[in-house]
Amino acid sequence: MRWILYPATAALLALLISFAWTLNDYANQMLARILIVGLLAVSVALLTGVAGLPTLGQTAPYLIGAYTTAILVHHDVDLGIVQLLGAAAAGALFALLTAPLVVYARGTVVLMITLALGELTTTVAGRWKSVTHGTDGMLALGRVVPLPGLAALDTDGAVYLYTLAVVTVLVTALLLALRSPAGALLRATRDDARRMRASGHPVAGYLTAAYVVAGALAGVAGALLVTVQSYISPNDGGFDVAALILLAVVIGGATSMIGALVGAGLVVATRDWLAGAGHAPLLLGCLFIVCVYLLPNGLLGDRAALLRLRTRRPAAPPSRDAAAISEQISEDRAAR
Amino acid sequence: MDEYLIPAVDGVAYGLLLFVVAAGLTLAFGVGDVLNLAHGTLYAFGAYAAAEISDGSWGSLALAALVGAATAGAGGALLSVMLVPLAGRGHLAQALLTFGIALVAGDRLIALFGKDDLGVVVPAALDRTVRLAGHSYPGYRLALIGVAALIAAGLALLVTRTRVGGLVRATVDDRDMVAMLGISPFAVRTGVLAGAGALAGLAGALGAPIIGPGPRTADTVLMLSLVVVVLGGMGSIAGALVAAIAVGEIQTVGVANFPAVAPFALFGAMAIALAVRARGLLPSGRPT
Repeated sequence: MRWILYPATAALLALLISFAWTLNDYANQMLARILIVGLLAVSVALLTGVAGLPTLGQTAPYLIGAYTTAILVHHDVDLGIVQLLGAAAAGALFALLTAPLVVYARGTVVLMITLALGELTTTVAGRWKSVTHGTDGMLALGRVVPLPGLAALDTDGAVYLYTLAVVTVLVTALLLALRSPAGALLRATRDDARRMRASGHPVAGYLTAAYVVAGALAGVAGALLVTVQSYISPNDGGFDVAALILLAVVIGGATSMIGALVGAGLVVATRDWLAGAGHAPLLLGCLFIVCVYLLPNGLLGDRAALLRLRTRRPAAPPSRDAAAISEQISEDRAAR
Repeated sequence: MDEYLIPAVDGVAYGLLLFVVAAGLTLAFGVGDVLNLAHGTLYAFGAYAAAEISDGSWGSLALAALVGAATAGAGGALLSVMLVPLAGRGHLAQALLTFGIALVAGDRLIALFGKDDLGVVVPAALDRTVRLAGHSYPGYRLALIGVAALIAAGLALLVTRTRVGGLVRATVDDRDMVAMLGISPFAVRTGVLAGAGALAGLAGALGAPIIGPGPRTADTVLMLSLVVVVLGGMGSIAGALVAAIAVGEIQTVGVANFPAVAPFALFGAMAIALAVRARGLLPSGRPT
């Protein structure tokens, strides 16, 4: 199967790039939105599926990144890379500050803490009028120049390509990071935190790192949102958005980043495209119900990992990652 | 004095109403390990029943309460049946199913009753202010305090003093052991979900003048009762009562007198309570 993966990915990317010329402005905007929600979903999947911290609160760094970008646009900063870095830093900083609330809890408790964080952030965004313009929202008109020396993005197709490039680079980087030893450490922490702690691993530190990375990714998604719609309001990151994205991640299989992208695409397409007649909740509800029955492991979920995620008991079979790491440690000790 | 006292009485009414709703949610979580995101929708069933049926007579109000409790109870039982294939798949799968059901039901409710918030007619005897010890209070809310306190007391008696209640508490403590004793966990869960639904529907019918039927009702009630359940300690009825009264006061006294702080108080309290008790909320050996 592996040999077909790379050409298939390349073909898919080529197809996605060609959409910038072959589709109309509306479709390009819609695709850009799907990519943005997809990036946010990837940050949720990183926490929910890989780190074992199910979250309803990634809309918080998303909004913070978006407002950071809108403020930068107001100060005539139109360089895309600066906006993205600023939004990523803001999202990461938020995550770093709130990490002590999140990384020590598990399961439903994390869900509720992050829900509270998300709701508090929306409330602040709605009431801090001098900065965010309150519930009226904030216009941020301005053409983005992706990198110094490049032309400004003046068509919907160009904005779509910019979004596609940013999302592709970030998701690829994350996938590579998850295949490295760092990813194995994180998965092992999810599977058996006690064993990892006993082996001397700073479990809270690993989870904080994942949470900060997820915050930065969500911040970037917020920056892209402002670029695409030139506007941001607290509604863009409310509870309904958070719930839809978490459920999109569950549909995608929770442990898979690509699954999260596909799940987000399905949810956004159902909500905004199929539901032209105005019954978006009905269609979305049916999608969720059908998916929960027909796809027990989501679209691309890792069955064994999901099983361990659901039944986190001491007796659960140890994961390969955890076993490999503790073996590695004992070998190291023996060598010394 | 009145500016604090009247909202404070309001807050008790609001809090007891929330308790009746949230008690069901916390029992479903404790007993069935069910994270029911459709719970607010069951409240909306009751609220719409009151808006449609209640016409100002006592009989119609009672009928509305009955219809609301019956439909919402049936909804709860149906939910329990629909959850059967999801056994062992954790809270996220439950969230997916119950949120999907809530979306579908919400869409159907709007199709049936329209997009506007509906008003509710209550018996004229209740729809006036009552003077008590030199202060005037809204009559309906005073009556609601009485009725909700009765329901709460009845629920407490049921849970602490009867065999059924003992079964429920035993299931909260050790689900597997109750199953080993030969009692079907499915029957217990279905009973609790139906009871929880009926409570939510009843609360909806009686509380419609306070949190009325409309497209946002289900979300509002779900959010508030989630906060109550979490603050009260997930699965604890006594905790839910204290938390519900506190949330009721924040929503009334807080909003009326401290408008700058009140919006943050609910979720701020929730985040702090959870972070402080994060370890206490994770009972050893039981996955949460």
